[in-house]
Amino acid sequence: MRADISPRAKVALYGVMCVLLIPFVFPTWWMVTSSIKPISDIFAFPPQLVPQSYDWTTYSKVFELQPFVRQYWNSAYIAAVVTIGTMIISSMAGYAFARIRFPYANAIFMIVLLGLLIPSEVTIVPLFQMFLKAGMVNTHWPLILVPIFGAPSVFATFVMRQFFVTLPAELEEAARVDGLGRFKIFTRIALPLAKPALASVAIFTFLHSWNLFLEPIVFLSSAEMFTLPQALTQYTDAYGGPMWNIQLAAATLTALPVLIVFIIAQKQFVEGLAHTGLKG
Amino acid sequence: MAVAQEDARPEGRSSSPFWTIARRDSLTGFLFIAPQLIGIVVFVLIPLGLVFWYSLHEWNVLANTFTYTGAQNYRMLMEDESLLEVLGATAIFSAGLVIFNLSLALLLAVLLNQKLAGIAIFRTLFFSPVVVSLVAWTIVWSFLLQKNGGINGMLLTFGIEGPNWLREETTAMISVIVVQVFKNVGLNMILFLAALQGVPKELYEAARIDGAPAFKQFRRITLPLISPTILLTSIITIVGSLQVFAQIAVLTQGGPGLSTTVLVYYLYQQAFQFHFFGYGSTLSILLFAIVAILTFAQWQMRKRIVFYES
Repeated sequence: MRADISPRAKVALYGVMCVLLIPFVFPTWWMVTSSIKPISDIFAFPPQLVPQSYDWTTYSKVFELQPFVRQYWNSAYIAAVVTIGTMIISSMAGYAFARIRFPYANAIFMIVLLGLLIPSEVTIVPLFQMFLKAGMVNTHWPLILVPIFGAPSVFATFVMRQFFVTLPAELEEAARVDGLGRFKIFTRIALPLAKPALASVAIFTFLHSWNLFLEPIVFLSSAEMFTLPQALTQYTDAYGGPMWNIQLAAATLTALPVLIVFIIAQKQFVEGLAHTGLKG
Repeated sequence: MAVAQEDARPEGRSSSPFWTIARRDSLTGFLFIAPQLIGIVVFVLIPLGLVFWYSLHEWNVLANTFTYTGAQNYRMLMEDESLLEVLGATAIFSAGLVIFNLSLALLLAVLLNQKLAGIAIFRTLFFSPVVVSLVAWTIVWSFLLQKNGGINGMLLTFGIEGPNWLREETTAMISVIVVQVFKNVGLNMILFLAALQGVPKELYEAARIDGAPAFKQFRRITLPLISPTILLTSIITIVGSLQVFAQIAVLTQGGPGLSTTVLVYYLYQQAFQFHFFGYGSTLSILLFAIVAILTFAQWQMRKRIVFYES
């Protein structure tokens, strides 16, 4: 498949890829450019691919209509706590399942893997009741505790285990001879080697938490507690219709920072995801 | 902390011979997995038991009654005519999503596997929607798909009058599938690309010497060798498709009619909009059964269709 390609075929390939790119790239462009158009221009015909005039007041309305800074902070700190928590829990569990012999290890691993079969949507009703009894509805606890300890972290544990299984046994034997105990072998030898797997766990977990939608709308009820995905849908007029320009401005503020970080770090990002024992 | 102290003890001839290396290792192992195991019990297994228990009850939140009704909710499930439509919509959505997602992912991976200058830029751009906030992405598409929105505007410049995408049954279903595929196809694309790069080049050399045409090389060499990845991505994608909620909530609210009401959305409506927690729980059990059966079936298929080297 990787024979040298004739110049004509090259042009054709570039052409095909550019056309295929449109639905991947254009929406983001349209979001950013429409958010700075005056409201009268956003449904203009013919469509303005480049804004003809600008209206920046939309962006100040994003902050006037809702406590958007607070909501941004909610999403950011929840995602950060969930990401760090999941990295700790899943690397420890993944390491133990891969490298430590203990009774019932396989049975316990099977029980944990059940989490992959039971998406949190299945258990949302009892989880709501549990957190209601615990007085944690309309707090961020459900959005923090369930992803770190519940079903979403099982995938992370699986990725970490698949990585630790590939570590050569000699490394640990050498460390034992040097008098290191398990915990130190884990923190000083295994974890530093696991950086690529940890990076992809971090990316997956962050995106999962950042995009969470069902759980926030089930658990949260006041605007100061909302996370970004939920807040974006709240910019509506008196009839429940979306205020498009303000929604798009808020969406731009939500999407662009992550997109920029991704473009800067994309090499580690993409390669991290491709090399996580996910290769079947 | 306890683990660190445990390991700080001198090895070998310690005062208490009970703590052999093997025993200490077992303890460490248990402590390492304890948070995850307790989490699974508390946040997955107990709720799963509860959801089954709830499904056997009639639960009226407003009157605050919770009465055991046995299999009544399950009979309701059988007689619920809306549910038939919902399951139909779920099946079309999942099947459409998986087929479109996997074929586009494979096509993009094959294109990105070519030796071309600047290919990394294309890879980054195709992948970029994965990192765009899901609801932000869905809102832009909703904006684009309005009757007087960007897509119909473009079509009109070519003299084509586009449909009201999100308000007609067929186009609404196509829209929710397409929006979801473009958002996440980059993940499968990267997994396929890694698999394609793992296929030994000598195999293609040999095939070329034998005069096998490119499409035959693809069918006979590439596809069998990347079949484990195809299986894995199809399991992930199908289970993922059954969890799609935000896109439906933002784009169509399940409409028009019930045409895009997938099972998760129906479950949410029954439990959290109409407060039928008992029936909502029964729907949860149904969702669980579907996920379990599909995963099991695909795992079984692995033996038949997936090629393993060893």
